[in-house]
Amino acid sequence: MTKETKGPSRRKFLTSAAALGAGAVAATTARAAGPDPLITEVQEWASGLGDGVDATPYGLPIEHEADVVRRNVEWLTADTISSINFTPIHALDGTITPQGCAFERHHSGAIELKKEDYRLMINGLVDTPLVFTYADLERFPREQHVYFCECAANTGMEWAGAQLNGAQFTHGMIHNMEYTGVSLRTLLNEAGLGAAGDLADKWVYVEGADASSNGRSIPMEKALDDVLVAFKANGEALRKEHGYPVRLVVPGWEGNMWVKWLRRIEVMDGAVESREETSKYTDTLEDGTSRKWTWVMDAKSVVTSPSPQSPIKHGPGPLVITGMAWSGHGKITRVDVSKDGGMTWETARLAAPGEDKALTRFYLDTTWDGEEMFLQSRAIDETGYVQPTKAQLREVRGLNSIYHNNCIQTWHVKANGEAENVEVS
Amino acid sequence: MSKSLNLYAGTAIGLSVLLIGAYNFADRNVAQVPDNLPTLGPLSANALAELEAAKVAAQQTAQAEVPQGGLVAAAQADEGMPGTKFGIGRPALPEEIAAWDVDVQPDGTGLPVGTGNAYDGEAIFEENCAICHGSFAEGVDNWPKLAGGDGTLADEDPLKTVGSYWPHVSTAWDYVNRSMPFGAAQTLTADEVYAIVAYILYSNDLIDDDFELSNETLASVELPNAQGFIIDDREETEYPIWRAEPCMENCKDSVEVTMRATVLDVTPEEEGGEAAAAEEAAPVEVAAAEETAAEEAPVETASATIDMDLAAAGENVFKKCKACHQVGDGAKNRTGPHLNGIVGRDIGGLDGFKYSKTMSSMGGVWDEATLAAFLADPRGSVKGTKMAFAGLKKEGDVAAVTEYLKTFEQ
Repeated sequence: MTKETKGPSRRKFLTSAAALGAGAVAATTARAAGPDPLITEVQEWASGLGDGVDATPYGLPIEHEADVVRRNVEWLTADTISSINFTPIHALDGTITPQGCAFERHHSGAIELKKEDYRLMINGLVDTPLVFTYADLERFPREQHVYFCECAANTGMEWAGAQLNGAQFTHGMIHNMEYTGVSLRTLLNEAGLGAAGDLADKWVYVEGADASSNGRSIPMEKALDDVLVAFKANGEALRKEHGYPVRLVVPGWEGNMWVKWLRRIEVMDGAVESREETSKYTDTLEDGTSRKWTWVMDAKSVVTSPSPQSPIKHGPGPLVITGMAWSGHGKITRVDVSKDGGMTWETARLAAPGEDKALTRFYLDTTWDGEEMFLQSRAIDETGYVQPTKAQLREVRGLNSIYHNNCIQTWHVKANGEAENVEVS
Repeated sequence: MSKSLNLYAGTAIGLSVLLIGAYNFADRNVAQVPDNLPTLGPLSANALAELEAAKVAAQQTAQAEVPQGGLVAAAQADEGMPGTKFGIGRPALPEEIAAWDVDVQPDGTGLPVGTGNAYDGEAIFEENCAICHGSFAEGVDNWPKLAGGDGTLADEDPLKTVGSYWPHVSTAWDYVNRSMPFGAAQTLTADEVYAIVAYILYSNDLIDDDFELSNETLASVELPNAQGFIIDDREETEYPIWRAEPCMENCKDSVEVTMRATVLDVTPEEEGGEAAAAEEAAPVEVAAAEETAAEEAPVETASATIDMDLAAAGENVFKKCKACHQVGDGAKNRTGPHLNGIVGRDIGGLDGFKYSKTMSSMGGVWDEATLAAFLADPRGSVKGTKMAFAGLKKEGDVAAVTEYLKTFEQ
């Protein structure tokens, strides 16, 4: 049976990692057995020369970080082209997600669309339907904002129970970037909304240039609020896999609406009810009815370390527990951490005050007694919303929901430092 | 300055916001439209007159009402940005709008003229869709099932299909028309889309096989779950519960583990072997580097006889193929067999791939000639092939993609 043959290698890894950790503890807390050759002997790097400035015109992470990469869960989808991968959040710190390891989700693959071939059309109930080139977009006043983008399916596999053993897989359908772009409001205004009349019941339909032409309907109020037509992320051009050259940024709302390779914006008098907003991204409740238009991603958090892919590699003593929190309703104001599965909680330290619809990093600088822990975190946002437990969510939504699972996550950290994804009562 | 004249008046009614906006377009039309654009002559004149009228109306409205809050109103009440027009971009031409604006709404708005029935649709579905969705729309492997599941939505594992879950036929039409078939989107005619959608509806026992699905009849077909959706009610059903000061101590008596991820063991393994990675990182990397070098070498040798420019063009053509076929490192059989070393491979000769009867029994070797015949007309040259691809029709594409495939050795 493959299940049983696969098990031991993971256990071996974790045990050996923990054993390695035990050695490291001895080195740092006990007196050294002898002089450390890394200090007493002249090392090759301290004597010879390193790379010249032309060795890597555009650098990748050093090879020793080669395991910090996006990963795919093969059984999840029929094919890698219409699929999703996961950000290695267990190995990242801070809040900004590097583009190169930020999760990807495509419906017809990541296409190559040159700036010169890029066109953006605004049509529908506008005074003058317009076509913009990429160069045109660069001439509008720009805005910069940091926002998280979370797939509605993030943590979806966990709804039925603890499934995937790693924060990357349970919570990695998220990234957080600093975007530069033009406000959608500016572009709509350029085309003129006079023809739309009363805007209260109007919609903006957005669509991508790839073969899936992923299309979503956004109510006008949101479209005029904080939606960005973005062409830079973290200071550089968007990556191909994130919609180069232009994507939509819909702050706080589910990632599927952040249309990549944005090619068309249509002002309409109703929602299109496209495939992605009816048959997908809707939430089926216990009685079989389904919620639609569940756009906002509610407050959520996860401990990224320690976690299954980031076990504790040192013994008892000082321990940094860290994680990230976010809310589609605004700023994170507080994160609590529990080491005992939710019986008692202590408030973590936010690395910086929460930002609107952006990731917040939290730390709990603590002392580990070497005993097992049931680590949890819960986020609280500026609306006073407290991240619920899975049981609380199930009580309202039943057992058949998939999307929008923002439940409290539990990691069972064992005495040897290994951690496992568990569900607790 | 009239250029930035832009008036919004908002009034809050309950939680929603009513807005009336109007803009001055005189500047755009007079100053910004390049002379060499196809003429918008009479239209411009009419539009200008209408816009002037709208402007006056908006001014009057603005005088009568004061902006009063609400997100939209607040955004629009700001001085500056919202009112500014920059004169950037150009008017979209009717042909351009017609080419891109093909979305269809639930009431049928946007449907092109056309018709199709399930009887005709069966063959078209078999040709274009069945390889992933199954001949009876029942789904193959992990690909979506399109039929069945009626009445299962409240069950433990609901089966969500066009028949059991989707609220509108328009959605299916719109999706097939714009996004399907996978890897060859936007190649179907309107009549073919009507026929395919009719076949999907028929497979769900929702219409008869002679029902003519058309731009006139489509909106009349109501799907079983049309009334099964409610608008997001978290504001009422969830937020009030969870917007409360949380417990900090003695929050529960005990904590029991009710489920463990490692029991299921569905987590992907770390690549390159976890044990090795944990023990010593460096040797693994060296090994990986050597492996890469070893793999690259033969390709370089082979490239001596390969027209790399042609192969590069072929890589582009191959985008049509890669929905089903993999090449390169770690290529596996998917919907179609992997194509490493295809040039020179026995026809139907890959162990572990289930070919059609014709393909597995025809014999011979894939070379430039056999590939050219097959790729130009798959179903014509190999009767009964499972490859649901219409063929490469453009001159030069076959040669290019063959050259590209030569770069992948066994």
